[in-house]
Amino acid sequence: MPTYNLKINGQDHAVDATAETPLLWALRDHLDLVGTKYGCGIGQCGACTVHVDGNATRSCQLQVSQLDGKSITTIEGLSNDGTHPVQQAWKAVDVPQCGYCQAGQIMTASAFLAKYPNPSEEDIKNAMQGNICRCAAYNRIQKAVAVAAEKMV
Amino acid sequence: MSTLVSIKFSRRAFLRTSSLAGGGMLIGFNLFTACKPKVEMPVDISKLNFNDFNAFIKIADNGMVTIFSPNPEIGQGVKTSMPMIIAEELDVPWDNVYVQQGILDTKNYTRQIAGGSQSIRFGWDPLRQTGATARQMLVNAAAARWGVDPAECEAKQGIITNAKGETLGYGDVVNDAATLEVPENVVLKDPKEYSLIGQDITNVDIDKIITGKPLFGLDYKEEGMVYASVLRPPSFGKVLDTFDDSEARAMPGVIDVIRIGQKARELLGKEEQNWTVKLSDSDKVVVIAKTTWEAIQGKKAIQATWTEGTPLESTDFQDKRLLGLLDGKVFTTLRKDGNVAKAFEQADKVLERTYESPFLPHNCMEPMNFFANVTEDRIHLVGPVQTPADAAATVAEMLGRDVADVHLEMTRMGGGFGRRLYGDFVYEAAEIANAIKKPVKMVSTREDDMTTGVYRPAIKYRIKASIKNGEITGYHLKEAAINDNMYGLIPNFFPAGTLENYQVDVAKYDSNITTGAWRAPYTNFLSFAEQSFLDELAELMDKDPVQMRLDLLQKVKGTTDERIEYSPQRLEDVIHLVVEKSGYRNPKPGVFQGFCAYYCHNTHVAEVADVVIENNTPVVKKITVAVDCGIVVNPLGARNQIEGGIVDGVGHAMYANFMFKDGAPESNNYDRYRLIRMNEAPKVETFFVENTLSPTGLGEPALPPAGAAVSIALKKATGNRIYKQPFINNMMAKEVIG
Ligand code: FES
Ligand code: FES
Repeated sequence: MPTYNLKINGQDHAVDATAETPLLWALRDHLDLVGTKYGCGIGQCGACTVHVDGNATRSCQLQVSQLDGKSITTIEGLSNDGTHPVQQAWKAVDVPQCGYCQAGQIMTASAFLAKYPNPSEEDIKNAMQGNICRCAAYNRIQKAVAVAAEKMV
Repeated sequence: MSTLVSIKFSRRAFLRTSSLAGGGMLIGFNLFTACKPKVEMPVDISKLNFNDFNAFIKIADNGMVTIFSPNPEIGQGVKTSMPMIIAEELDVPWDNVYVQQGILDTKNYTRQIAGGSQSIRFGWDPLRQTGATARQMLVNAAAARWGVDPAECEAKQGIITNAKGETLGYGDVVNDAATLEVPENVVLKDPKEYSLIGQDITNVDIDKIITGKPLFGLDYKEEGMVYASVLRPPSFGKVLDTFDDSEARAMPGVIDVIRIGQKARELLGKEEQNWTVKLSDSDKVVVIAKTTWEAIQGKKAIQATWTEGTPLESTDFQDKRLLGLLDGKVFTTLRKDGNVAKAFEQADKVLERTYESPFLPHNCMEPMNFFANVTEDRIHLVGPVQTPADAAATVAEMLGRDVADVHLEMTRMGGGFGRRLYGDFVYEAAEIANAIKKPVKMVSTREDDMTTGVYRPAIKYRIKASIKNGEITGYHLKEAAINDNMYGLIPNFFPAGTLENYQVDVAKYDSNITTGAWRAPYTNFLSFAEQSFLDELAELMDKDPVQMRLDLLQKVKGTTDERIEYSPQRLEDVIHLVVEKSGYRNPKPGVFQGFCAYYCHNTHVAEVADVVIENNTPVVKKITVAVDCGIVVNPLGARNQIEGGIVDGVGHAMYANFMFKDGAPESNNYDRYRLIRMNEAPKVETFFVENTLSPTGLGEPALPPAGAAVSIALKKATGNRIYKQPFINNMMAKEVIG
């Protein structure tokens, strides 16, 4: 089985896996980084969102063989101890219900705000509509993104 | 003002204490039942035994309080709100309280549902009494040390003060308190004295959630664990015949391919377990691999043949069967007042409408999964299930083992919505582990979950009402459902009791499609049918729909009918509150409002939906909701539940469709099954009726009225009444608005 070198949260990791193995499962099963969640496996729900070179990306749609030289950030690496403004906003607003989708939501929101620090309500809705929350905590997710935006400027 | 409560049963019956070997006091208590007469309290914190107690409280000699409970969090916030109740009566600063999830050993564990929305309702009294008892024991210990009367001492925020103003911390006296008798009578606080209950408290697991810590069943791992992906029948009715696994076995990471199902099937026909879903009568093929992905890939490579065991159903067949039941004469009558037939005969006008809903999958965000390891000494099970006692008992029976061998740990659950009441995935994991003799995690894919689910059944209602001299004189509701009909007191919910001639009849047929509870069972669709019907009836009578409800409620006040569980006064209160807060009497131009009031799951709710037309399409902008759930323990968490329940209700009513063709669901993932997304979610504005009545659950009751309120607002916006879910297929926006 080939070995792929992945740069995750600033560290190099060697993964022995077939070329098609999705990054999602390499993270979860090979590297014990289980914060990134499986929801649909077909790029529809956003539960598996990570940053690849700063862009929010569905890790279930990326193969380990496509990631040479790329820098990957997962929820575990977004900040040292949950101090990223988006994480703090999630806490301030008390967003989660079951919590399962929230790592993906946070990763989408943080990549979005890094590029668009002054979003309108419409911008937030459009940026976040790829992430499903089955508990439908959308009102609070939207509010937390707005709170984080204020903290970031 | 405090209340001295005498409790029906002795405090000793549900609560015991001990001194911990390393210092501190331990209190074990039971939420729903009395303790067994002769149980020993542990003196070592590593030996907590949840067979004997639902929960433990440790008060350490530094004053810190730890609450141990095996009850996990499902998303309803009970892991935060229930400890708040203890902390309030114990009177400790919330910052000194730590909640830790315990492991459940299942022998003799009381049959209880973990984390359900009723937890708060049933837990309210025992939690308060436990907290108050602990506080009294600490006060008694301090009083003894001072040589004063305990009545002269006061406990607040972890500190006891006597008449002279001397103080002792809880930690200073806890070792003495642990040796005292448990007092028989304690004083509970008056709700006016609450300092923690009613405050906004953040979810206790928040830090773990936002940093991606392993919390969920899918995140659980053990040394040497392998993964299993299960190939189940592609259609309801099909049974596994043969399979070819040669391709799968040659794939990377695949360890083994096995056939299971026999053990579970042997349980078929045996006495039915409480929450046991109808077990499949087909064998299944299981691919065991080193990783989840490899197991899933291996499964795709299995070539299986299936035979038709029972008839394969399609949606058009189901529709015909259900309509046939409504047209037929065979019903079970669940409530009958007066004579509806006579009322219809004598009527000036009669309105009859039929309402239709599809099956719904639960679609918990975390797919079904469970860890199992079956060895000679024990059966270790870990994962998200809401009925641990039943799952453990069934696994023990299936594998011919003593239930005392089963150790079940519940994890946080990535959503439940009813699905995790059914333990089929636990039995599968156990049967696999038993066969391969390795620790294994069974993981379902989204496709597996959606196509082999335990669905909300498709249901149809037909409602007929008569009007004479401007009054409603008769009301007849018929339900046609698949596998099971409405239960409990549902036939006695509003408008039952308000009309002289009133009847509820139900009929069903048995299908091979597995069905079960789905968030707010039955009422999740019944509310839409009844409330839309009442709105149309008001229109026909030329009456204001709000006034019509208020007039009806007058008639049930003072009723002696014990089946009437809802309170007309409380329903009236939420109606007035929502009308005021939503601006219902003075809607803004271009805003179309739909009103609805409903009672279910012990909570009274009224909602107003605001719909506007944007680009020729109706858009649900806002839902204003008024809720009477008694005392609101944690408003921050409560509002989260209500917002989620409403947006969920709107989403499923608007978009969810789930059709069958030849026994197979036609959608198997989110590309073909539409869940509501942020850009479609209305804003929810929540208002509570303030009172000091005991709290009721919030996970469910806000959902049922949402679809109804939206359909009524859509009618005003488009001129079109909707009788069928999903609305998106039936609102005909463009043609109507033109
Ligand atoms: S799991 Fe990747 S988008 Fe759903
Ligand atoms: S919080 Fe449960 S899926 Fe989003």
